[in-house]
Amino acid sequence: MFLILAALALLLLSGLGALGLSAFSRKAACLAVAGIVLACLLGAVPVLRFFLNGQEVSFSLALHIPYAAFSVALDGLTAFFLLPILVLSALAAIYGLEYMESWVDKKSVGVSWFFFNLLIASMIVVVIARNAVLFLLAWEVMSVASYFLVTFEDERKEVQKAGMIYLAAMQMGTAFLLALFISLGQTSGSMNFDHFRDVSGHLASVIFVLAVIGFGVKAGFVPFHVWLPEAHPAAPSHVSALMSGVMIKMGIYGLMRILIFLGPPPVWWGGLLIAIGIVSGILGILFALAQQDLKRLLAYSSVENIGIIALGLGVGLLGMSAGIPIIAVLGWTGALWHVLNHACFKGLLFLGAGAVVHETGTREIDRLGGLLKKMPWTGGCFLTAAAAICGLPPLNGFIGEFLIYFAAFNGVAQESRVFLFSLGVMASLAMIGVLAVACFTKVFGTVFLGEPRTEYGLKAQEIKGLMLAPLLILAAGCAAIGVLSPLLVPIFSRVLPEVTGLSADIVQENLRRATGPMVFISASGAGIVLLGGMIAFFRRNLLKGRKVERSLTWDCGYAAPSPRMQYTASSFAQPLTGFFGALIRTRRQIVRPQGIFPKEASLATRTPDIFEQRFYRPVFERIYHAVLKLRFFQHGRLQFYILYILIALLALLIWKLK
Amino acid sequence: MNVSGYLNIFLALVFSPFLFGVINRTKAFFAGRHGQPIFQLYFDLGKLLRKGAVYSRTTTWIFRGGPIIGLAALLMATAIVPGGKNGAVIAFSGDVILFIYLLGLVRFFAVLAALDTGSSFEGMGASREVQFALFAEPAIFLALAVLARRTGQISLSGIYADLTFETWQIAAPVLALVAGTILIVFLAENARIPVDDPNTHLELTMIHEVMVLDHGGVDLGIILYASALKFWLLGSLFIGLVVPLRTGNAGLDAVVFLAGMTVLGIIVGAVESVMARVRLLKVPNLLLVALLLSVLALIFGMR
Repeated sequence: MFLILAALALLLLSGLGALGLSAFSRKAACLAVAGIVLACLLGAVPVLRFFLNGQEVSFSLALHIPYAAFSVALDGLTAFFLLPILVLSALAAIYGLEYMESWVDKKSVGVSWFFFNLLIASMIVVVIARNAVLFLLAWEVMSVASYFLVTFEDERKEVQKAGMIYLAAMQMGTAFLLALFISLGQTSGSMNFDHFRDVSGHLASVIFVLAVIGFGVKAGFVPFHVWLPEAHPAAPSHVSALMSGVMIKMGIYGLMRILIFLGPPPVWWGGLLIAIGIVSGILGILFALAQQDLKRLLAYSSVENIGIIALGLGVGLLGMSAGIPIIAVLGWTGALWHVLNHACFKGLLFLGAGAVVHETGTREIDRLGGLLKKMPWTGGCFLTAAAAICGLPPLNGFIGEFLIYFAAFNGVAQESRVFLFSLGVMASLAMIGVLAVACFTKVFGTVFLGEPRTEYGLKAQEIKGLMLAPLLILAAGCAAIGVLSPLLVPIFSRVLPEVTGLSADIVQENLRRATGPMVFISASGAGIVLLGGMIAFFRRNLLKGRKVERSLTWDCGYAAPSPRMQYTASSFAQPLTGFFGALIRTRRQIVRPQGIFPKEASLATRTPDIFEQRFYRPVFERIYHAVLKLRFFQHGRLQFYILYILIALLALLIWKLK
Repeated sequence: MNVSGYLNIFLALVFSPFLFGVINRTKAFFAGRHGQPIFQLYFDLGKLLRKGAVYSRTTTWIFRGGPIIGLAALLMATAIVPGGKNGAVIAFSGDVILFIYLLGLVRFFAVLAALDTGSSFEGMGASREVQFALFAEPAIFLALAVLARRTGQISLSGIYADLTFETWQIAAPVLALVAGTILIVFLAENARIPVDDPNTHLELTMIHEVMVLDHGGVDLGIILYASALKFWLLGSLFIGLVVPLRTGNAGLDAVVFLAGMTVLGIIVGAVESVMARVRLLKVPNLLLVALLLSVLALIFGMR
């Protein structure tokens, strides 16, 4: 525990140092990044020690604040979530060092690094906290620090708007969490997590729903996802990578932690999470498919992946309530595995997208093209992540989805309720998988293949050294977590007993039933690589000494094709977005060609978020008008504000004395 | 050692191009022509492997790698898919999932290789390819899940070994619906009529053919062989279901299976001779029918 606390101290000190040095941007950045990397290395030691010999540690310090205590601990779930936090934070920081270089002379980069360090530290505290007040405090710091990171380019109007949406969403989520922890605290008489045990009955269901909403806002469950597509494009890319890769997973962590406190789940909990998973997964990827902004697309794809995690968790809960350990174990393992996977490939995709934006100056997919020739390494890494996020074997994404499918297949022979849920999970996962292939072939095919569509990509160059290294490491991670999957299973046997409530032996036994198939999957992966190598070798030998020419792409005999004639990403996705038009409501603006000699014609499409447009906006407008009458409270005079606080405190005191 | 599994692989590798000959001869018979030699695809492959290559200046290694990865994934799949009653070399719980995702891998790289050329025709083909998989994949998952429930097995080899005459006697309606689903998905995934016309001459209306317009020589040979393998593998999921005969002897079972596959070739040829291709805009409806058939099968199979 000491090492984790030392890591926290190091993060805060180097962050403060960066803040102090903010006049010297470059030095501030170096200090902050050095602090982060060192802190992550320090923090990784106890995590690894835990996974090697299962050593749980804890530390407690009484604070003289009512209900609060600085009590922290490291158990299975904490150690598991610390893994992606530590790894991705260090990599994103190293990447950010070069990425922020172009702002060094324009803005005070030191401040941004201070908040970056604060964000990492607060995420660590969120997962190690064992006291509700400490947890909520860290949770708020996390939201506020990320708000300042999102609004780094605060001179831009859309960034300001994104920041406000983000902050409002986070505060509303926290309101639910506040209600949640107060009701937990009232039943158990303490705010310490170890007093929260086996809550059952109606209260458990109320707490579960509060957790789904409160943590769902952070995680990005539909319909609470509206902040994601706004905040991610606005933030600098290494921040988006960290936010999408690990910060939204804190919502998943919170939900899982709360589930430990609750007694055995009724069937409808699993059903609710499966329903949320299906809706988030399918709508998330459909909206992703319709986007033209690279980072907005990736943000929607995060919604989809959170949906997959919810599906796995739902299947796990279903297995628990139906009393079928194999389904419980596989569902939970699938969900946790996907948490790890998503940190890996979504982090990589955001860093790759950042490299593209950095080199071309645009996020519009339809303006780009042919970048693979100019940025072969970035392109290769991006391709690996794209294939992994589509769940293609033998990369890591497949293993996570395989486990959830496998859980569902185990439910196929069960009683009809489990059977129907299993089929629903299977069919929707298959649909999500196909749509993900459509979405990511669209992105990679348009951005990296073909010819540059406009002048934007013409001067692009490969990113160098420290910026490229994190991409390569994450790409290797995507491959390794997939191919070496049987070796990673022991990690889950340390996490699962606590969260599923099953004994370690039963968990071990059921995990072993997943290990067998994983060995076969790894072997098939190796087989594909080997066979591919053999075919490539065979092809090369055949072509040796033969005439290999270079020419134009065949375009029905047309010999002067221009890059503008290429298929665009929007056209590529149109059959699918058109098919689901009723759901996603793409807006078109058409200027039709007119007259005998038409001059101008144009077509523009845009897909705004229906939940934002149709639900949140009208509701918030109504609320705004309703509370306008209370405006006289907000007059801007400080002395009256202090009076309000005083009155509130007095009222509390009187209420308490009564 | 699992001899019958290796026999499966051998049959798939050697006889898969033969089925295309059967289809063409059937079509020729319906049209009153003499038709191509039944081994025409073997001759074509031999000729393509002797050719040089022409690459577009737009393309990258994706264009060259796409066919290779596709063939490698399908070769791997031949080790997973059972041939009739003969189990596969690799059989494990959940291999169904790996098989369908291997097909996804093939699709992913085929689409990227098409987009790599920068040609709008190939872009259109690629766009349709990803669209039509949307219903085909859930449909086949549901169909196989229904079979898994019926047989109590979760590996392809296990499921197919347990599908016997008795299963048909008990659950003929369910199995018939599943067979319908698999047949439609099989035709769609292999770009046959009524979804795609392999003999069409207009780039604008093609799906699979247009995606490989720029490939030639050795690469085209690899692609043609890979599509023959895909045809064989998905076809064996259909034949394994509708030919429940199990002799108990691996050799005899293989002969029965081979005969079944030949009949499948004749069926496909007959379908292509008597009906036209569905309009592109109507293809999703056809695939939705496949999905609905599988949902119906699962309702019937609930008991």
